[in-house]
Amino acid sequence: MELMTPLLAILCPAIAAALILPSRNHPNIRELWTIAASVAMFLLVLSMAPLIVKGETIEFTLFQSMFKGIYIGFKVDAFGEIFAITASSLWILVSIYSIGYMRTLKEHAQTRYYFAFCFAILGAVGVALSANLVTMFIFFEIITISTYPLVIHEQTPDALRAGHKYLAYLMPAGAFLLFGIMITYYLAGTTDFTPGGIKALATASPMIITVLFFAFLLGFMKAAWMPFHSWLPTAMIAPSPVSALLHAVAVVKAGVFGIVRIVGYVLGMDLMQELGLWLILAGIASFTMIVASFFAISQDNLKRRLAYSTISQLSYIILGAALLNKESIQGAMLLIPFHGYMKITLFLCAGAILVATGKTKISEMAGIGRRMPVTMLAFSVAAIGMAGLPPVAGFISKLYLCLGAWAVGSPYGMIFLAVILISSLLDIVYFFPIIITAFFKKPAEGIGASGEVKIKEAPLLVVVPLTITAIFSLVFFVYPNMFYISDLAKMAISQLFGGV
Amino acid sequence: MIEWVTLHILEKYNFWISMLIIIIGLSACIVKENFLKKLIGLSIFQTAFFLWVVSLGDVGRNILFTWGLKTQTPPIIWKEAVENGYIYANPLPHVLMLTGIVVSAATTAVALAIVIRIYQLYGTIEESEIIEKEKEFEKMGVM
Amino acid sequence: MDLVEQFPVIIIGLSMFLAYTMLLTGYLNRRLPFFMSLAMNSFFLILSLFILNHVLTVGPIRYWQGGWRPPWGIEYVIDAMNAYLLVIVISMVILGLIYSRGNVRHEIEERKHVIFYTLVQLMAAGLYGITVTGDLFNMFIWLEIASLTAYALIAVAGGRALRPAYNYVIMGSIGACLYIFGVCWIYSVTGTLNFADMRLLLPLVYDNRAVQMAFAMIVVGVMIKAYIFPLHLWQPDVYTYAPSTISSMMASVHVKVMFYILIRMFYSVFTLEFIKHFIGLDLLICWVAAIAILAGSIWAIKQRNLKRMLAYSSVSQMGYILLGVGLSPLSPWGLVGAVAHILNHAIGKGCLFMCAGAISQQEGLKDIRDFGGLGKKMPYVCAAFTIAALSMIGIPLTAGFASKLFLINASLDAAQYPFVAVLLLSGLLNLVYFWRVIDQMYFVKHKETENGVEVKEKGKSLPISMVVPILILAALCIVMGIVWLTDIPMPLINHILSNLRMGVTL
Repeated sequence: MELMTPLLAILCPAIAAALILPSRNHPNIRELWTIAASVAMFLLVLSMAPLIVKGETIEFTLFQSMFKGIYIGFKVDAFGEIFAITASSLWILVSIYSIGYMRTLKEHAQTRYYFAFCFAILGAVGVALSANLVTMFIFFEIITISTYPLVIHEQTPDALRAGHKYLAYLMPAGAFLLFGIMITYYLAGTTDFTPGGIKALATASPMIITVLFFAFLLGFMKAAWMPFHSWLPTAMIAPSPVSALLHAVAVVKAGVFGIVRIVGYVLGMDLMQELGLWLILAGIASFTMIVASFFAISQDNLKRRLAYSTISQLSYIILGAALLNKESIQGAMLLIPFHGYMKITLFLCAGAILVATGKTKISEMAGIGRRMPVTMLAFSVAAIGMAGLPPVAGFISKLYLCLGAWAVGSPYGMIFLAVILISSLLDIVYFFPIIITAFFKKPAEGIGASGEVKIKEAPLLVVVPLTITAIFSLVFFVYPNMFYISDLAKMAISQLFGGV
Repeated sequence: MIEWVTLHILEKYNFWISMLIIIIGLSACIVKENFLKKLIGLSIFQTAFFLWVVSLGDVGRNILFTWGLKTQTPPIIWKEAVENGYIYANPLPHVLMLTGIVVSAATTAVALAIVIRIYQLYGTIEESEIIEKEKEFEKMGVM
Repeated sequence: MDLVEQFPVIIIGLSMFLAYTMLLTGYLNRRLPFFMSLAMNSFFLILSLFILNHVLTVGPIRYWQGGWRPPWGIEYVIDAMNAYLLVIVISMVILGLIYSRGNVRHEIEERKHVIFYTLVQLMAAGLYGITVTGDLFNMFIWLEIASLTAYALIAVAGGRALRPAYNYVIMGSIGACLYIFGVCWIYSVTGTLNFADMRLLLPLVYDNRAVQMAFAMIVVGVMIKAYIFPLHLWQPDVYTYAPSTISSMMASVHVKVMFYILIRMFYSVFTLEFIKHFIGLDLLICWVAAIAILAGSIWAIKQRNLKRMLAYSSVSQMGYILLGVGLSPLSPWGLVGAVAHILNHAIGKGCLFMCAGAISQQEGLKDIRDFGGLGKKMPYVCAAFTIAALSMIGIPLTAGFASKLFLINASLDAAQYPFVAVLLLSGLLNLVYFWRVIDQMYFVKHKETENGVEVKEKGKSLPISMVVPILILAALCIVMGIVWLTDIPMPLINHILSNLRMGVTL
């Protein structure tokens, strides 16, 4: 179906960015634009969902390119819609949060912050909605460039170093991605996402397909798989809302989204299975899951621990895609929004703690739960979800992943099942100490002694969004079909595997 | 041996001579440090080249062995030439090189003007000395 | 005969005439030459657009000078390639002129203004001449007019510009001499100077050593002028110390026209058959280009002076065009990449040099390390610089991305995979040296602002005539980035391919 909605959705943040610049001297108006754009974009994205659930695909071609068979345009299918809904719904909450966060901390360069944020979201939703690899690449590069000013927001030498590291990883990744895209075009004459893979690739030589696979894998370095992950913890130097939305949802999910796209819609499951590429992918994912969890345990900085947790969780999604069956891919697709909601809660809590107390280290957070009960309760809910325990959304997706691993059968399936379980256990190991520290440990003597203001909850604008995301994480467990997520995932699976 | 020498050297003596001068000019142009000498080298190079092109106009080619015979005439058509079927020199290279000479004169003029300015500024036209002075000026903050 | 067919000669004749008129009127009123030049060049732009339209709709224009038939007389041939280039050259000259209005006042003494504009107009006339001519020797004349004026324009700033200008005189003259040397070699074999005639006669004598010699000499001669890597030694100093207007014009127009000579030699005189006749010749060119791309970028990373960095960046970008030319015997996309990059580099590097000039004019800064906090002091210029730099890096939706895409596609199409790696790597190297500047402009905290003492100097703002061309070029970087992605330029590309007898259309 030909609809302009995807284009309009993409234009929302662009228009907001254009309006933010001239209103840089009026903070209220400036932030109004952000919120208005985020609400508008979310509604536009959501309005496509009922159609897509019915099995429609919304297409919009911007223009035909110089290359035969490549056009720049949008094609919204169920999988893309899931990611788009996740990113755009969270943007509303994070914009509200940003206002509270940035104003309380009296951050500098707020206009630049909101401006770049708009473009980053534009990139993320663009990746979700794009019809082919070339369009996707354009939005990918937009994400990379626009998140740079956010990463180095502090403008300290440390932040700059982090920003350079960020670019040093992601720009070469872009080069690899471009290489992969051009090879795909050269082999297949098209780069459109086709459920079940592009047919023409099946006849190419295994050697080239393997090269292609690795080019894409390196290209989607945004998915932070190990050993190419270290840009993500470094990028945590950014302000909390940025870490929350971009480095827990938009950027890294865009990378994971790309990998699932490659597995399901470019190379195709059959080809992955035939050449044994799934095993490589699953191996990388398992390695990352376990190792990142161990890294997480050793971190004392809360945001860095969360970052390693993100790396580990992203690999669940990659593993889900790599296992190539209905359950596992459905688990992967569901984990994208669920993990988004849960991880953003965690990051928002970390930000709230920073706003209220100025603390970033876990060891300093003793007793903080009693002073900031709402924040820490939200944190606990999300942490439980991360570990895949009911009654939080994380449980559903992990269940699907386990079912998927079981369905693989063979010893491999069992190994991956064990990996998922062990990794979930490790999640508990690194999250629960935080909760315990926060609620049950008595604050150390030094704190509060030096005439410090008594610790209170963070401002309302900060607390409300994180409460909402925590509640949503719970609601998703009871009613996974909120925002059509569950239906969309089913639809995507039926499109991928043909039939219900 | 004789044939080889005749064919490749004697018959093409104009090529050899002009190439020799060109190489002299070019090497002066590149090797010399003095800006004026470089310019002289460039002029030698260009002039030698003009010499060669003008000699190309001589269509009768084996000029050594037809010495004294009137196979070569200026590119003017007059009665005798037409009757005897004289081969006349190709006028085009000469015309081209007239333009070329003008260009080379202009180049020389521009280059000389720049050399004069350089001399006024640095008091020398040796490249290495100029580079040293540039560094000095930079330290003094003049340039 | 259509009126449009007279336009090329009108452009050439009027520009030459105009230049000398400007010199004379300059004695009456010093401001007049600028306005005359601007008005007439705008007029030429309209004419050139008519020419482009005519070429695309009707076909190539052939104008016989003085009515003499081609093999004897001088012929002006305008096909899609030169019409396209003519539009670029004239527009860039106009933008350069507008920019020069504010810049010249700062960088050049007032008594030299009249002669400056005269020389600029003469250089423009030379460049237009190269673009329209269809005769090898005539091309040499225009080449020398463009070069001699360029030598003078570089030296006009005085001071440190003098030594580079002198070196350029020597190197440029050697280059031009090699070119005419080569032309005379093939003339001695074929007896003609006309492109079309030459193309017909040359296939018979491909194995003649004089022809091969001529090819080598012409290519090397033009390469000196187009500063392909090992022959670039004169260029960085020239671009660093020349007046900013001239650096910008040289980088955006002058060198493009030199490349046009190369392309014309390759396709219209020697033809692709000649290049294919010598196995490996195309690959040799490609590897020279690849080395130029990488070496230019690496040298650029080492620079601290902004203009010098941009100069080395140009060396690298010329490699892109040469790579396109080298790949074109194997794949038509190579030529598309070269043609696209001629425009993309012209607008991008033109903009960057203009920004460099603006920065050194307003703030007196040349060293990249001093650029801290510049983004706040000069928001428009820095924004334009960023966009143009992103275009040079090849970020999607900027012009540079399109050329990179075309060239990568060409390398894949030609099955020359190493060049894909070279292109991608070069994009990353470009990122390294441009990002340093962007970082300094926007993100590195300035020492003064860090201490809380913001030094605000009022009254030192740029004239609007300098900001406008910068912004136009930056906007063009984005507009062309999108246009090249669409299939709008397709008819033009197909016309160029068929006019250069590539034997394929896309």
